[in-house]
Amino acid sequence: MLAKPLAVLAALCFFGSATLVRAHDNPTDPQIAHIAYTAGVIDIEAAKLAVEKSKTPAVVDFANGMIRDHEAVNVQALDLVKKLNVTPEDNDTSKSLTAAAATKRSELSGLDGEAFDKAYIENEVAYHKQVNGALETLLIPSAQNAELKDLLETGLKLFQGHQAHAEHVAAELK
Amino acid sequence: MAFTRSFAASFALVFCVATQAQAETIQVVIDKLVFSPASITAKVGDTIEWVNKDAFAHTATVKGSWEVMIPPKKTVAQQLDKVETVDFYCRFHPNMKGSLIVKAD
Repeated sequence: MLAKPLAVLAALCFFGSATLVRAHDNPTDPQIAHIAYTAGVIDIEAAKLAVEKSKTPAVVDFANGMIRDHEAVNVQALDLVKKLNVTPEDNDTSKSLTAAAATKRSELSGLDGEAFDKAYIENEVAYHKQVNGALETLLIPSAQNAELKDLLETGLKLFQGHQAHAEHVAAELK
Repeated sequence: MAFTRSFAASFALVFCVATQAQAETIQVVIDKLVFSPASITAKVGDTIEWVNKDAFAHTATVKGSWEVMIPPKKTVAQQLDKVETVDFYCRFHPNMKGSLIVKAD
């Protein structure tokens, strides 16, 4: 479900690189901050659901790691926007991310046991893959402020680790 | 008697200081999910100072052996007490890796 808004991002990027990029095609720093923060909150919420529902230690450990890391990144993001005196700006990408996450959440809420574990971890693999793709090709290149860019780059490195971790857990569940 | 005792105490103190002077403190900085240096050579009695500059918690973990928890923005000291050659990693971020050689004093 999250595939949709991120596909839009990916498409934007693709066209962005294929044609001349118009200024309004790229998100502004306040929008990037909002998208990054929203993406983090979504993953924290999903992780909290997993901690509540899953009984598989590898899944619960993974979920606790997501809560720990994404909360840390979001605290940094909030500190940064405060320091830069920037107000994160809601935008269509944030909105569709939130809407897609709500759909995914209700889908996950209806599952239990192995089915839940599998669906949660597979979504984590896909979600991190898509967010990392968006960071790499659109959000980082569009960020104007050096500190924001730096935070996004550290985030990318961290989330690439999360993706590898999720893939590892997914392989274990099979 | 009192003299002997105090002499012994001074001797012990000097001996102790002399031993400590040989031990070194090695800083390993963690910044943006990287251990630096990633290859550490030390000797028994040395101390590693794990300096975590990241906003995320990390660990230095040797599978099946020891683990040091390094909270965000904190420095944790670890005294090396045995000869060993090990690979360590961060349990929270397994892409972060390093190696440690501890030689005899």
